[in-house]
Amino acid sequence: MAPKTKPAEAVVSEDDVSMNDELVGDSPSNDDPHNPARMAFGEQRIRILPGSSDTAASFEFKGEDHTLGNALRYIIMKNPKVEFCGYSIPHPSEDLMNIRIQTYEGTAVEALEKGLDDLSDLCDVVEEKFIEARDEYGTPMET
Amino acid sequence: MLQSFRLTRNGGEGSGQWTKISCRRLLQEPMRLTILVEARGGLTNGLSAASDWLAQFLRDADLRDFLKSIKKKIIGINSETVTNVTSTDFPGHWPGEDNSWSLDSFRNTFKINIHNNDPLDSSFSLVGIDAAVANAFRRIMIAEIPSVAIEAVFVHNNTSVIQDEVLCQRLGLVPFQGGKEGIQEFLKWHPRKKDDGMNTVVEEEEEENTKFDYNTIILSLKITCTRNKEAERGERDPLKAYHNAHVYARDIQFKPFGRQEQYFSGEDAIRPTNPDILVAKLRPGQCIDIDMHAFKGVGSDHAKFSPVATASYRLLPTITIMKPILGKDAEKFARCFPQGVIGLEKVTKKEAQRKGSGYEGHEGENKAVVVDPMKDTVSRECLRHEEFEGKVKLGRIRDHFIFSVESVGQWESDALFLESVKVLKMKCAALKQNLQTMNR
Repeated sequence: MAPKTKPAEAVVSEDDVSMNDELVGDSPSNDDPHNPARMAFGEQRIRILPGSSDTAASFEFKGEDHTLGNALRYIIMKNPKVEFCGYSIPHPSEDLMNIRIQTYEGTAVEALEKGLDDLSDLCDVVEEKFIEARDEYGTPMET
Repeated sequence: MLQSFRLTRNGGEGSGQWTKISCRRLLQEPMRLTILVEARGGLTNGLSAASDWLAQFLRDADLRDFLKSIKKKIIGINSETVTNVTSTDFPGHWPGEDNSWSLDSFRNTFKINIHNNDPLDSSFSLVGIDAAVANAFRRIMIAEIPSVAIEAVFVHNNTSVIQDEVLCQRLGLVPFQGGKEGIQEFLKWHPRKKDDGMNTVVEEEEEENTKFDYNTIILSLKITCTRNKEAERGERDPLKAYHNAHVYARDIQFKPFGRQEQYFSGEDAIRPTNPDILVAKLRPGQCIDIDMHAFKGVGSDHAKFSPVATASYRLLPTITIMKPILGKDAEKFARCFPQGVIGLEKVTKKEAQRKGSGYEGHEGENKAVVVDPMKDTVSRECLRHEEFEGKVKLGRIRDHFIFSVESVGQWESDALFLESVKVLKMKCAALKQNLQTMNR
């Protein structure tokens, strides 16, 4: 469990700047400091709720809703190491979304991380296939 | 050497869904069996119709599983109920099935077909994806892709009967379009101050010095209603009797400043997408004098920022004819569906000769066949008639999403979908970084 030993000071934004630099070119408006999608990188939006253990944890996401909640739930449930995954929006007037993960093996944090990776991979395939299909459609067909 | 059993069948048990199924087994590879299915209305449609009939001949467990998996994809639609609604493709759900996430198998099974791709209206199918993800794309298109709309309105004068706040609300909802490069690349976000929670408000004190050519579009509406001297005496039509009796969206003027001339001139000028939107009505002597500032925003903040008119999906319908529907019934059956869904074909001599097919003695009569289930609206009309009872099954394919995206004008409709994929990816990236810096 290497990540556990990470000091709390790592939360400072020093890290974020370097991470942001890696993303240049990926974001449509990476030089826009007020873009909310961009600002999402700068702030800490996930926290583990009290009462969580390594293999069973609830995560609280700020500023996320069913859009990510359900997609992430689906992809995490696809992980065979995961015993249970569910999401909820505890109150409609709070901009918070909770995800509960229980695992058979590995930690809940690892399962969440794998979920985010898998979802991102899925997006790559969807993008690639859409462009492919669109190019194919765009080619003039004999009428 | 290609040998051994071959089973071929045309038509099948009264169904018009699949036209031909043939199986081949190579002697050297006894575990491999090739099934060729020619089907009408899509392969899944044909296979699902054929699967029951086919399954009885198969000893091969893998094949039966394959056929079962096709059946599993179908949501049953009965006259008053639905069945088999939730997706169950998760590890541990079915004995002997893996179902864990695999990028390769996703890549192999996932398909996109584009049906229509106009700048303001596109339609395409995503096949082999879960509702959770398809819905995420839909929600992102509606609420999380930025577009420009009027956010601040300065009312210098408004003597019309429409109240200031109502007029401002109406102006906010008017959709604008302009040079895509300018809107998407050049235009940046206007700064917003963070509230205590996640609600954001514009920073009041800084308002004056946060508006620049790269984040604010200035528009103005200055219009006065006057009498038309040339109008006939006693003219009752206000549009003829007065000038500017109606204020339309096209009366809104774009005031470029700074570098905006570069990006928004000529064809690319900021203008209302629909110039004929009626904003207000005036009578002689009344006037409206308003300046407006438009910013970038997202639909989750206000619907006026949503870049789509609609972004929706539906599941591909399936229609399975279980027993032959013939003659007058077939015509009535076709009328239960939108045009082009059900076709009529003549029963062939071969079909009429086959015992147990239900076609015996009906050679030359019309039979109902499924031509294009995609056009169906799943009205369930055919389930209301006694004569079709037990002869037809309706359903929808759980992982076939037919998207329809209508853009309001700031984005190309296909670019909207690609942008939604990008936004979801960015969300994942941002949260992954969050996860690393999380206190645990």
